[in-house]
Amino acid sequence: MSATDPHQATHQAIDAVWRIESPRLIAGLTRITRDVGLAEDLAQEALVAALEQWPQSGVPDNPGAWLMATAKHRALDHHRRNALLDRKHQELGRQYEILEQTVPDLDSPLDDTIGDDLLRLVFISCHPILSPEARVALTLRLLGGLTTDEIARAYLVSESTIAQRIVRAKRTLTEARVPFEIPRGPEFTARLASVLQVLYLVFNEGYTATQGDDWLRPALCDEALRLGRILAELVPSEPEVHGLVALMEIQASRAHARVDSAGNAILLLDQDRAQWDQLLIHRGLTALARAESLGGATGPYALQAAIAACHARAYTAAATDWLRIASLYETLAQVAPSPVVELNRAVAVAMAFGPAAGLERVDALISEPSLRNYHLLPAVRADFLSKLGRTEEARAEFIRAASLTNNTRERDLLLSRAADSPHPPTK
Amino acid sequence: MRFMVIVKATAESEKEGALPDPQLMADMGKFNEELIKAGVVLAMDGLQPSSKGARVKFSGKSRTVVDGPFTESKELIAGFWIWQVKSLEEAIEWVKRCPNPHAVDSEIEIRQVFEIEDFAPILSDEVIQHKKAVRAQLIGQAK
Repeated sequence: MSATDPHQATHQAIDAVWRIESPRLIAGLTRITRDVGLAEDLAQEALVAALEQWPQSGVPDNPGAWLMATAKHRALDHHRRNALLDRKHQELGRQYEILEQTVPDLDSPLDDTIGDDLLRLVFISCHPILSPEARVALTLRLLGGLTTDEIARAYLVSESTIAQRIVRAKRTLTEARVPFEIPRGPEFTARLASVLQVLYLVFNEGYTATQGDDWLRPALCDEALRLGRILAELVPSEPEVHGLVALMEIQASRAHARVDSAGNAILLLDQDRAQWDQLLIHRGLTALARAESLGGATGPYALQAAIAACHARAYTAAATDWLRIASLYETLAQVAPSPVVELNRAVAVAMAFGPAAGLERVDALISEPSLRNYHLLPAVRADFLSKLGRTEEARAEFIRAASLTNNTRERDLLLSRAADSPHPPTK
Repeated sequence: MRFMVIVKATAESEKEGALPDPQLMADMGKFNEELIKAGVVLAMDGLQPSSKGARVKFSGKSRTVVDGPFTESKELIAGFWIWQVKSLEEAIEWVKRCPNPHAVDSEIEIRQVFEIEDFAPILSDEVIQHKKAVRAQLIGQAK
């Protein structure tokens, strides 16, 4: 499909250039201005200039350099206007002096430090001082190059909600004087965890998209994967980054098998494995191997990826290595304990060692407060009881599980399992 | 969206034992690095000259095997990438940044990969039937 209107063709080309160039552009400008909000404004001004000029002049050979040079000119204009008014800009005067003396070289590629700048932008966008929603919106905007409208449609909120969220986030970063730097030492690990959390939040938002949703929602999975792959090249020595990428690649491999033609979710064990994307599985297994070779086999994301890999390697549900999965859950329960992990572990244990072993583990979770209204707890328990022939108890648990879920189809499934549990013979 | 980005062959690349110019390899290596750093590449491979390959011709029930090499070099494939990008324009923009993969005039072709959704209109009934059969089989196994 080619655009008959040359203007439209250039606009589409400019969109593509923006997607490729904007994160590095904003990162470089943030280093110069020390203000991520101002950096984005300058980048947007450069984009406007491109939209005005490129339809006539054509897309330049080195569009990134053109945008950076244009933005730097705007930065100089901005600085000259403000220099006398604002002490902050006087402090930055030295930087701008250097800028003024540098003749922009439109043919040279961007600075070698740009990789570092991009990483600094990643860290600042995912700063823990911001709420998770703010981090997500800012990251999708500055690093994903998504428009405010695209982010709003992906998250099913109004455009103004996202716009305000981003404005407030930038203001918070400026007021807190968050430095534009790569954290060091123990702070690095904590800050990286925050980045990984943002990426996985974006991925899960896309993963839970339902049929009929705006296509931008499931596209969030692609976005998270792309940003994860970028991060893996920025910090290649960090095993948990590769672990997260592995987890996302493998989960994404199931995207087409997860939903039936009526839009209902299909459980992993029921999925048609011929529809699993082998290319993504291969990439996921490669990323997992990379994490493990860096000594990261027991990181939480790597463990979850290893569990996903066990499923990915099995050609049929019956071929699943449940022993290995149970063992991986045991490690995960030590490294990143949570009641949900324990519940999943119980399911794996039952598959590996029989329902009695699973039931023992689930019974230990009955009084867990955070699982009190979680329908899968009684559902799993009911399944074990049913397999052990304890049908009265199983029926009661299926009914209880049905009462805890709002999903009509799940409720129907649970109630039908309750109905299938035969009454004991009357004496 | 996924695209297969195909490097067409040339008479030179088709020659037996042909190896690319070291500078070209270095430039292409840098380009591939940029692609990987951008999170865009899903897969890539180079193909050996057609002299190491074969063709199978289909006509009715007959199958005829023809050994390489094949003569129409410009229509042959020398290598490919599979990219995940947002649009055809993004794929084009990246290809424009690629160094010429050959020492002479050459061509790179960009083709969009089918996604399962593209097949929805024709496959839906089959898919339903297949899934029903798989489910029945699993239930049968569980008993």
